[in-house]
Amino acid sequence: MAELAHEPAVSLRGASLRFGDRVLWSGLDLDVEPGEFVAVLGPNGSGKTSLLKVLLGLQRLSAGTVRVAGREPRRGSPTVGYVPQQKGFDGLPLRGRDLVALGLDGHRWGVPLPSRRRRARVDEALAAVGATAFADEPVGSLSGGEQQRLRMAQALLGSPAVLLCDEPLLSLDLAHQQVVTQLVDDSRREHGTAVLFVTHEVNPVLPLVDRVLYLVDGRWLAGTTDEVMTSDNLSRLYGTHVDVLRVHDRIVVVGTPDAVHAEPGGAHHHTDHADEAVRRR
Amino acid sequence: MTVHWDYLTYAFVQHGLIAAGIVALVSGVIGPFVISRRMSFAVHGAAELALTGAAAGLLIADNAVAGALLGSLVVASAFGVLASRDRERDSAIGVVLAFGLGLGFYLLEFYDGFASEALDILIGQITGVSTGQIVLLAAVSAGVLVAMAVLYRPLTFASVDVDLAEARGVRTRLVGTLFLYLLCITVTEAAQVVGTTLVLSLVITPAAAAQRLSARAGVVMALSVGFALLAADGGLAAGVVLAPSFRSSSFITFVAFATYAVARVVALVRGRRGSRRRTVAA
Repeated sequence: MAELAHEPAVSLRGASLRFGDRVLWSGLDLDVEPGEFVAVLGPNGSGKTSLLKVLLGLQRLSAGTVRVAGREPRRGSPTVGYVPQQKGFDGLPLRGRDLVALGLDGHRWGVPLPSRRRRARVDEALAAVGATAFADEPVGSLSGGEQQRLRMAQALLGSPAVLLCDEPLLSLDLAHQQVVTQLVDDSRREHGTAVLFVTHEVNPVLPLVDRVLYLVDGRWLAGTTDEVMTSDNLSRLYGTHVDVLRVHDRIVVVGTPDAVHAEPGGAHHHTDHADEAVRRR
Repeated sequence: MTVHWDYLTYAFVQHGLIAAGIVALVSGVIGPFVISRRMSFAVHGAAELALTGAAAGLLIADNAVAGALLGSLVVASAFGVLASRDRERDSAIGVVLAFGLGLGFYLLEFYDGFASEALDILIGQITGVSTGQIVLLAAVSAGVLVAMAVLYRPLTFASVDVDLAEARGVRTRLVGTLFLYLLCITVTEAAQVVGTTLVLSLVITPAAAAQRLSARAGVVMALSVGFALLAADGGLAAGVVLAPSFRSSSFITFVAFATYAVARVVALVRGRRGSRRRTVAA
């Protein structure tokens, strides 16, 4: 373990990814230290999800090298936790705890046999994210926030060295955005988990962000929030005039070709919240 | 109306009950996955194309059953190659289905024997099953069940969230393709019992009913198998004793539909109670 501590959790050197003649990003150099929180920003199609796929060992780089916890990324590696983009669970014969258990051993062949140790690990993961109360409910009947807690439980099981989150705050109300970001923060503080957090909306995670990786149209920029999120830098990245405004403790980016960026505060779904109030006793 | 209880003691009826039971067991096991993976149209397509396989089998080797079984592998391969992308899955299956059916009828033109053996597969001929066919059916079904047991967990994972499963190390394409083959084999078997047009009543209906009643995968599968057995053997027995001159496949679909209707009512009543409890508690 001691020698791992000197090693960055994630290391990219001259990393490039292209599909055909479309370059998603190139010459990317990035080291993410244990416990560090890196927000990955950029417009749709800029290769944010593809970057996560590279770190998961599902996508090969076109050039350059990548190391995760000192090794070549390998699919199914227990050192990486993954919260993929949200999908519906409607109508699936699946309880909350089943989803978490799949994260534990869903890749193994055969029928899972009931085991006390397995159950205990799942219970522990559920308790850690406060999902015990609805662990036996059908996942499809849970609110977006509850489902996201279960995904977090699945990803954090086994305290991975690296946590990759793909738009985990999408369509969550403010309260649940805070719950999810808090869980991520706890994990990196307690276990030194390095976090790469793909989001189109930086404000909800602003207090947690150590560094920002901004990807636009083949170009990239990495640094602290103050270094990256300036009108000059983003204008250069986008190749058009972009204004970065600071309003109280929020950052508002105006003028990007990508419309979602101009929308301050992101999506707040109050219906989701109302749902939750009814569900809880 | 006379009830012919004594018909149940005939060997050919008992053979039918055994064959229907085997088919129901396998159909009940794969059904929940068909629903989770939204593959009902693939089931329908594979079932109808059993006719083409049977016709080819008759023509080449004078064996409709073997032809249908081998044909199901061809069908699975065609679906797998052409319908790999989610968005074009339905249309590709439709294309293969239409062409395959046309081919089936064309092949039957060349068969100068009595083609009813192939046409039986359209409506189902449960009471003409020989001991040899039952042995073949049992062997193939056992193989499918063993394969399903091995695939169970990764297939579940891939059906829940394919991206997450892939990241966690599941070979989702391999698992999906293997399931497609198992599905086509099972469906072709079932087609020989209830007929291609009514296969959905053993593969889809029982699983759809079960899905309404529980969120526990084990319970859903047990109910799905139970409902399929009830529909296949219950329907067959009912048909034989109540209306021996009718095709019993109709009765199988009636029983299957009844279980589905009851399951929906039960789920509705439960849902109402549940939401009232929640609202009161809040």
